[in-house]
Amino acid sequence: MKSEKYVYINNRPVLWEDEPNILALARKAHITIPTFCYHSELSVYGACRMCLVEVEGRGLVTSCSTAPFEGMRVKTHTNQILKLRKIIIEMLLANHDRECTQCDRSADCKLREISYQLGVNDLRLRKTREPREIDTGSPSLVRDPNKCVLCGDCVRFCDEVQGIGAIDFVNRGEDVVVSPAYGKSLANVDCVHCGQCAAVCPTGAITIKNQTRDVWADIENPDKIVVAQIAPAVRVALAEMFNLAPNQQNTGKMVTAMRMVGFDKVFDTAFTADLTVIEEANEFLNRKLNGGKLPIFTSCCPAWVKFAEQSHPRLLNNLSTCRSPQQMFGSLAKVQLPEMLGVEKEKLSVVSIMPCTAKKFEAGRPEFAPGGVRDVDHVLTTQELGRMIKEAGINFADLEPSSFDLAMGFATGAGVIFGNSGGVSEAVVRYAADKLNLDLPEVIDLMPTYLDQGFKSAEVDTPVGKIRFAVVHGLKSAHELAEKIERGEEYYDVIEVMACPGGCIGGAGQPIASSIQHRAKRAESINHTDKMMNLHRSQDNPFMKELYERLLEEPNSEKAHELLHTHYHSRKRITDEEIQFFDQSDESRCKVKVCVGTSCFLRGAQEILGHTLKTVQDNGWNRYFEVAATFCTENCDKGPTIVIGDQVVHKATLADVDRILTEEAKRREA
Amino acid sequence: MSNDNTAARSFTKVLEILEEHDFDEHRIVSILQAVQAEYRYLPQEVLTFVATSLKVSPARLYGVATFYSHFSLEPKGKHIIKMCDGTACHVRGSKAVIDAVREKLGLSETKITTNDLMFTFETVACLGACGLAPVMVIDEEVHGMVTPEEAIKLIEAIMETENA
Amino acid sequence: MLSLEQIKKEYLEAASHFKKRIVVCAGTGCIANGSMKVFKSLKNAAAMHSLDVCVEFKPCDSKDHDILLSGSGCQGFCQVGPLVTIEPDGILYTHVKPEDAEEIIEKTVINGDMIERLLYLDQNTGKHCHGADDIPFYTLQQRTALKECGHVDPENIREYISHDGYFAARDAYLNYTAEEICKRVEDAGLRGRGGGGFPTGRKWHFARIEKEPKKYVVCNGDEGDPGAFMDRSILEGNPHSVIEGMMIAAKAIGADEGYVYVRMEYPLACSRIRKAIRDAEELGILGNDVFGTGQAFDIHVVEGAGAFVCGEETALLASIEGKRGMPTPKPPFPAQQGLFGKPTVINNVETLALVPVVMKQTPEEYRKIGSPKSPGTKTFALTGHVVNTGLIEVPFGTTLRQIVFEIGGGVLDKDGKINNDAFKAVQIGGPSGGCLTKEHLDLPLHYDSLAEVGAMVGSGGLVVMNDSTCMVKIASYFMGFTQMESCGKCVPCREGTRQMKEILDDISEGKGTEESLELLEELGKAIKITSLCGLGKSAPNPGLSTLRFFRDEYLAHVKAGYCPTGQCKALTAITIDPEACRGCTLCKRVCPVGAISGEVKQPHKIDPMVCIKCGACINACKFKAIS
Repeated sequence: MKSEKYVYINNRPVLWEDEPNILALARKAHITIPTFCYHSELSVYGACRMCLVEVEGRGLVTSCSTAPFEGMRVKTHTNQILKLRKIIIEMLLANHDRECTQCDRSADCKLREISYQLGVNDLRLRKTREPREIDTGSPSLVRDPNKCVLCGDCVRFCDEVQGIGAIDFVNRGEDVVVSPAYGKSLANVDCVHCGQCAAVCPTGAITIKNQTRDVWADIENPDKIVVAQIAPAVRVALAEMFNLAPNQQNTGKMVTAMRMVGFDKVFDTAFTADLTVIEEANEFLNRKLNGGKLPIFTSCCPAWVKFAEQSHPRLLNNLSTCRSPQQMFGSLAKVQLPEMLGVEKEKLSVVSIMPCTAKKFEAGRPEFAPGGVRDVDHVLTTQELGRMIKEAGINFADLEPSSFDLAMGFATGAGVIFGNSGGVSEAVVRYAADKLNLDLPEVIDLMPTYLDQGFKSAEVDTPVGKIRFAVVHGLKSAHELAEKIERGEEYYDVIEVMACPGGCIGGAGQPIASSIQHRAKRAESINHTDKMMNLHRSQDNPFMKELYERLLEEPNSEKAHELLHTHYHSRKRITDEEIQFFDQSDESRCKVKVCVGTSCFLRGAQEILGHTLKTVQDNGWNRYFEVAATFCTENCDKGPTIVIGDQVVHKATLADVDRILTEEAKRREA
Repeated sequence: MSNDNTAARSFTKVLEILEEHDFDEHRIVSILQAVQAEYRYLPQEVLTFVATSLKVSPARLYGVATFYSHFSLEPKGKHIIKMCDGTACHVRGSKAVIDAVREKLGLSETKITTNDLMFTFETVACLGACGLAPVMVIDEEVHGMVTPEEAIKLIEAIMETENA
Repeated sequence: MLSLEQIKKEYLEAASHFKKRIVVCAGTGCIANGSMKVFKSLKNAAAMHSLDVCVEFKPCDSKDHDILLSGSGCQGFCQVGPLVTIEPDGILYTHVKPEDAEEIIEKTVINGDMIERLLYLDQNTGKHCHGADDIPFYTLQQRTALKECGHVDPENIREYISHDGYFAARDAYLNYTAEEICKRVEDAGLRGRGGGGFPTGRKWHFARIEKEPKKYVVCNGDEGDPGAFMDRSILEGNPHSVIEGMMIAAKAIGADEGYVYVRMEYPLACSRIRKAIRDAEELGILGNDVFGTGQAFDIHVVEGAGAFVCGEETALLASIEGKRGMPTPKPPFPAQQGLFGKPTVINNVETLALVPVVMKQTPEEYRKIGSPKSPGTKTFALTGHVVNTGLIEVPFGTTLRQIVFEIGGGVLDKDGKINNDAFKAVQIGGPSGGCLTKEHLDLPLHYDSLAEVGAMVGSGGLVVMNDSTCMVKIASYFMGFTQMESCGKCVPCREGTRQMKEILDDISEGKGTEESLELLEELGKAIKITSLCGLGKSAPNPGLSTLRFFRDEYLAHVKAGYCPTGQCKALTAITIDPEACRGCTLCKRVCPVGAISGEVKQPHKIDPMVCIKCGACINACKFKAIS
């Protein structure tokens, strides 16, 4: 029998099992030690100094970074500790933007909360810094450095979980700010809009861009018909904003609330999720049976898509060409709703309610705005919807449930499970199993729920061979898997990638989840909803059959491609870059550009560049050529790429460079 | 940057620097020092190029470059003048020299490079030559026990050479 | 197979042919004063006299030379450089100029006579001193870590070996177990000289017992304290002693790789340590097979890039790892998880330079010098308002009085004259240290005694301040330094130091109140307790220490609106001396704000509340009655 170990917190014995630090252990003793920078899913940073406790024999230590030992005696709130915490808060408040009434985060800002808890009534310290510029350039997020307490949670999440590092600490001492590279706007760097930085931010330093004003305007506008689509993940989290426990009725209340807010129609994104399943499963089976590009990567997560475009351009042809359910909905809505609802296309406003901040970016992609009119006019997050409901004074808890509007509101369980990481794969298997006549139940449960791991896999035996599935959440895990795939070290047929922890239920647009357990509850609700529905397979959705008969003909048809599929393009990580090597002033010179983006770099672009420069210099051809290094000519799988004048050479070799430069030089000499 | 070959030569040097350091991201500080020695500052595009080569995020590299006092993201002047304002020099009157030089060159605490990019004047915390306080370094040459008048003379001497 | 004895023998034999040796100080300070020009002129002058001068000594030279001319590291007496020493006579010449070279060669080198005007003049006795044997600055010191600086040519590894260099390292590798080395160093009581004062042997022990096979030894040469140049001098003057210390540390903990982290602001130290490493590698002392044991030890040099905080060990490691130099919470300590997550010991330059010294004696012998809990010697950089500024080394337990008045030669008052009554305070330990006052003059200096009075040895900076120094302004100045160098990670240091500086400036500008003093103290104590690293924890020391020992001065500022030293311009009252005033009313007429009142032929008065301190009255007064 294992002996039990105890730690004494405020003289009470607390059982110590596997808690790595005193702060986590204190929760068992029903004490929440205040902290800004500690986050259980990120590395320990130890900067805010709020979590100090007194350990007998050691004095004051930070509880986030101190491991318990058997028999340790801890005091969490001596007078000295409380006094010190107060002073630290005073220090933070001194330079903080204290216009709380104007702040989107005032309801659940940790600084305000802790300040209140500690009774900080007196501010004896002064403002020492000038206000800093607010970054509103991104479609998804707003950065306000004047509200930042420099806890670094956003930096660590973006680096440790997403593996991107779009923001980092910059400068030193009092001048430190959290910033993208070169102080540019988030919109102009490698941020993929996943918004998890906002989700972990304890204050209002990074917030979701609040676009409820625009939606209110459309609702108020008598000329406009405003229809909403709601993602599966929203329905299991919205009620949290009204302090309700998970309950099957909450979905119905949500629909009622939205009607009361003023939406003319309330549809379900799970409907187009069913559609995505059919399109994508067919696309996959087609590739599998006809030697097409595998593995196939899912493409419904816009943060993953942007990440792939930036960092794995060679895998872009592996991505499913299917649009996300949000965009499929928007596209279909603009094509068929005007007739169905008897309204002109220009007067139709499609609003999507999403658990996701990246969807705001996705809706703005030029390929989803045919003729300049966006398929999805506005994207609101779960939080924004909740705010609208509150703004209207609606008492959510007391509402009677109602159901989605039909036409685009009927879905099967397969569409609903998109909200969980692993859901898309499960849904696809349910379709494929049917198509391949496998002897499997309707609800397969391909992989158990696994919110604490970034990677999971499973296989299904079929007459056409094993189908191997991999499911990842968190872009760092995705990146690692993608690298292994590119190196040929691993192989899967289908890879599902979600950027957010646990999938969309953990999206940054959701009310902020406090822990893995919190997210697990949402995932459970999704699964429960699926099990409670009448139909579990996308192909069984009668509205799907109707849609194909009426409009799309068959999966992956030309019509389907026009409305429901898309293409991708590689992207630079940072905007506006080129390194000029010679005087730019001379227009008559032949411009030579060598791409030195990530992918080309890996393929030897540096050598090409070095050789080009040397050749031009050694031969004294400066007067003929103007050489520049550019980032991304967007031809990553054909790299290294060199553009000489108007000749574009892919997979360039040193010999190619020599040949073309010599020819051109000769020509100019003459 | 208007020299025909300089930019190309510099960039080739960057490639060499990265090779010499084995593309090792741990040696970022040393890499940036070498790049700065070549360009006299750290141009943005070159930083992104280095970040790509080392497989680190541009924001992280920017964060490292802005942390250390030695790195400059703005072009520096042809002649770098450093004035020590460490304890010993301070106590022996470095401030008077600092004020005099700033006045002469039209510079301040925030504006450290002259418009013609001829001089950069910065204060450093301690050069370790405290026995000779106050200490001034012009282009790596150390001058001890400097008075405001001497400092001005040294600067004027450089100006004359440049104008010749 | 490398034989140290062989090299030593060859060197001493070759060196024995020299009749004289001329050593020119080539530390950064003397070089700045032109010592390299002196070196060149001496070489030329000797050649002109047909003397056979050897400038770059290689023992394989079969020619007999008459004279060896070499450069040395910092000899410590920077005030009076460039310094030239003539051996074996032990004559020390000061303020040597290139023009003196001729005379030195003729008179001293050839004829053995002293040139009086180049000898050091003791201002207290009026006597000309012969050399280090009778110059009080030197005689009162006990140069141990600095022993060879100023004598050996730092670029000549063979000379180092001829002084028994690397013998202790060999002994450690061949004749001691790791455990024995740790014990020996711990028994000797060697404490970290970088400021922490942690027992070195114990630190090594913690790393030694870690099971992880990959370990590192790191030398902390990021001496950022303004006013400190001990580590620079050792790296410039005797880099091999540091390498030897690192080797012994490596054997003690089981490391095969080491790093020396040097500030880039020390270019000479960087190049000297790099050369020393190369020379040691060439001889096979560093490399794959140290002294034939099959164990490896290689050292890399990493340069800092201008961040004082990188002197803190975890920040230093972060910097080597290519990150921003921000400290990390301890535990885990570097001895358990350090560089790249592996067990690492970080030791200061001076500590490492002392390790071979410690290994060559028994612990009892080493403990004969110094004090019981702080054995051995410590270097100090003596600067400020003192006659002899420079680098000194004294046993722990030496008093402040001995250092300032004897070795230092006394205090300089605001007119530059020697006046020991003008002594006001000494800032010890750099900008993170506290101050010591008249009441501490007889305090024996060591780690514990200083901690008790709220000060610290720190790296060893000693800035002497006379009575023209305003303690409020000095505290503000130091606060400004640490605030500028704060890395910005933790709240108390980043925000708190700025707030403290604001308050100190308020006081200096006449805007402070008694509440300011209370707030200053509360903030200071809070920052000390809650900061993440040593920089933050010690940043409030100057403020708190001056407030403790010079409270009256602070009170004068806030209560009486008056700065006793007159340094705070806002608080200097302009007054008319009633004795000197003739009542001519000139001042009253030129005063732009009407602050002066008085009748004709009666002494006038200035109302300090109205006075804007423009000074027009001072200029106008013909009787010098206003100041």
